Amino acid sequence: MSKMTYAFPQSLSETRTHYCAGCGHGIVHKLIAQVLDELNIREKTLLVAPVGCSVLAYKYLNVDGLEAAHGRAPAVATGLKRVQKDKIVLSYQGDGDLLAIGAGETIHAANRGEDITVIFLNNAIYGMTGGQMAPTTMEGQKTLTSPQGRDIADVGSAMRACELIDTLEAPYYIERCSVHDVKNVNRTKNAIKRAIKYQVEGRGYSFVEILSMCPTNWGLDPVKSAKWIEEDMVPYYPLKKFRDKGEEA
Amino acid sequence: MEEKILMKGNDAMAEAAIIAGCSHYFGYPITPQNEVPAYFAKRLPQVGGTFLQAESELAAISMVMGASAGGARVMTSTSSPGMSLKQEGISYMAGAKLPCVIANIMRGGPGLGGIAGSQADYFQATRGGGNGDYQTIVLAPGNVQELADLTILAFDLADKYRIPVIILGDGYLGQMSEPLVLPKPSGKTFEKPWAITGAKDRDPQFIASMRLTPENALEQLNLELQETYRVIRENEVITECYQCDDADTVLVAYGTAARIANKAVIKLREQGINAGLLRPKTLWPFPSEILRKITNDKKKVLTVEMSAGQMHEDVLLACDDKNKVDFYGRLGGALPKVDEIIERVKSYE
Amino acid sequence: MAAKGEPLINSERCKGCGLCIANCPKNILEMSKEFNSDGVTFPTLNDEETCTACTFCATMCPENAIQIRRF
Ligand SMILES: Cc1ncc(C[n+]2csc(CCOP(=O)(O)OP(=O)(O)O)c2C)c(N)n1
Repeated sequence: MSKMTYAFPQSLSETRTHYCAGCGHGIVHKLIAQVLDELNIREKTLLVAPVGCSVLAYKYLNVDGLEAAHGRAPAVATGLKRVQKDKIVLSYQGDGDLLAIGAGETIHAANRGEDITVIFLNNAIYGMTGGQMAPTTMEGQKTLTSPQGRDIADVGSAMRACELIDTLEAPYYIERCSVHDVKNVNRTKNAIKRAIKYQVEGRGYSFVEILSMCPTNWGLDPVKSAKWIEEDMVPYYPLKKFRDKGEEA
Repeated sequence: MEEKILMKGNDAMAEAAIIAGCSHYFGYPITPQNEVPAYFAKRLPQVGGTFLQAESELAAISMVMGASAGGARVMTSTSSPGMSLKQEGISYMAGAKLPCVIANIMRGGPGLGGIAGSQADYFQATRGGGNGDYQTIVLAPGNVQELADLTILAFDLADKYRIPVIILGDGYLGQMSEPLVLPKPSGKTFEKPWAITGAKDRDPQFIASMRLTPENALEQLNLELQETYRVIRENEVITECYQCDDADTVLVAYGTAARIANKAVIKLREQGINAGLLRPKTLWPFPSEILRKITNDKKKVLTVEMSAGQMHEDVLLACDDKNKVDFYGRLGGALPKVDEIIERVKSYE
Repeated sequence: MAAKGEPLINSERCKGCGLCIANCPKNILEMSKEFNSDGVTFPTLNDEETCTACTFCATMCPENAIQIRRF
């Protein structure tokens, strides 16, 4: 008897995404959908989409969705969760959204231990606006607004979100993953699953950072983009679990 | 007779919100409205609601957006500099058709300005305020009783039209204590099938201001909004006329300025001068038709404001004969003076 | 050696990124010569005997264009 061992997740919409070829957003959407299926929580999941390439994320997942202004997703998620207390609220964000314009909302939602899950896609660039420097752009990385490469003497070095959030008391779970190869995609899925499961259990704030390819704006093909994550990003952004209060307990 | 109690304007507004069924409040402290968050912080937990002090007005209005999308009656309050920050979220909520109530207890500007009451945010409130072709309903209470009563109305209008409603008060009104009868709940209920509650037993749905496809979807959304605004303009104007019928000169003023103008009318009448007061309680929709009718057979119209003449522009737009229309205002938190109003009106004799 | 399974490739969802091909441990995927209706090339199986149904190609697919059937 043959059987499907890798099937189309129910929580994923059939709608084709607008993402470029090899963009990591698609992988991460799929992982979220798989997790929602496995935890059987699609019907109670509410997705807050950011401003960025994933602005239409609510069209790609078969869940209720809500828009937020650029950077405000954690605040919107806060308001939503405090009304829909028994629902699962996800705040899905890019690096410009989460660490530049929304740095305040990010830190304070984390500091309150807001009972939400933040899925943070770090592609080291502003994708949607065509490739400008992000807070996470690597030293020397060329973008539209750092044409000579990021000069850290001028604009500071790339910001590490997990490490920042790890200075706060309240967060329950913090992990950084990547989707540049199979092993890491699987690890990312486990992290997303754990983070969301903690919310199902009402344990508070969880944060998953995911290093992700942006071939178009990096000017690399998708396979080279994956390599670039491995060789250039991972040494600077260590892939690890920063905190897991569920494990400590 | 119903029992009157003495309350500060800001407290009365907060209590009225709770009576109206407001279950969530998000705000950031700023004078002269600090009583509002303090009141909610104390009272909301007692009634099973949620108070949260946000990290900024940007965050506060975004929390309001989230709570509104979740189906709750939700409110925020601020004063002028904070209102500027809230424009982002208000524009998003207008586009996403999300109801909420926002109080702006105005203070003098520009910038940090001062903490004394002012009416200098009229343009911002009545012209949308943020980006895009949108309006909010703007209510203008003139005393503590109205601050409470109009708060009840604000929640109903917000839900009825799925629109942000602004209560435009000022620091003097927020800080003043007056006796009032606490209002009763309106008893109206509004279904919210659009709320984001989880796609159980129905298709997934989303709430967003963004419309990219099909090609004219954004124009379509805008046309729907404009149609709502038309209905509101036709049905929701509220004004109060005081001694307008036989008046030669009609003063036009709202909020605290109207209290002073009212006193001037009384004194003018004592001196045998027939003055009256037209007081808009909705600034958007503005009572243009009523104003046009009244002024056409009056000698003179005088707008009295705590601004450089912001509502005055709407008065000018409404009146056919612009030569009849005069303006008197005080700026930067200063109060109009009864004597100065009287002097101005006498100069028309 | 008989195949343990096969990738079911939905060529219409594919955007041709090639991550599946690069991550196939058996090197049995290659780009098609034809184009789908978006004008992109997509992976095809060049050796039907060797697939182990490991799911690596599907795992890396951002478009969820590959499903795996185990025999
Ligand atoms: C207030 C505001 N400022 C700027 C923009 C323009 N803008 C849209 S997306 C974006 C950056 C997105 O980058 P990121 O968050 O890294 O997400 P990505 O697109 O890379 O997934 C910017 C600056 C906006 N929409 N709103």
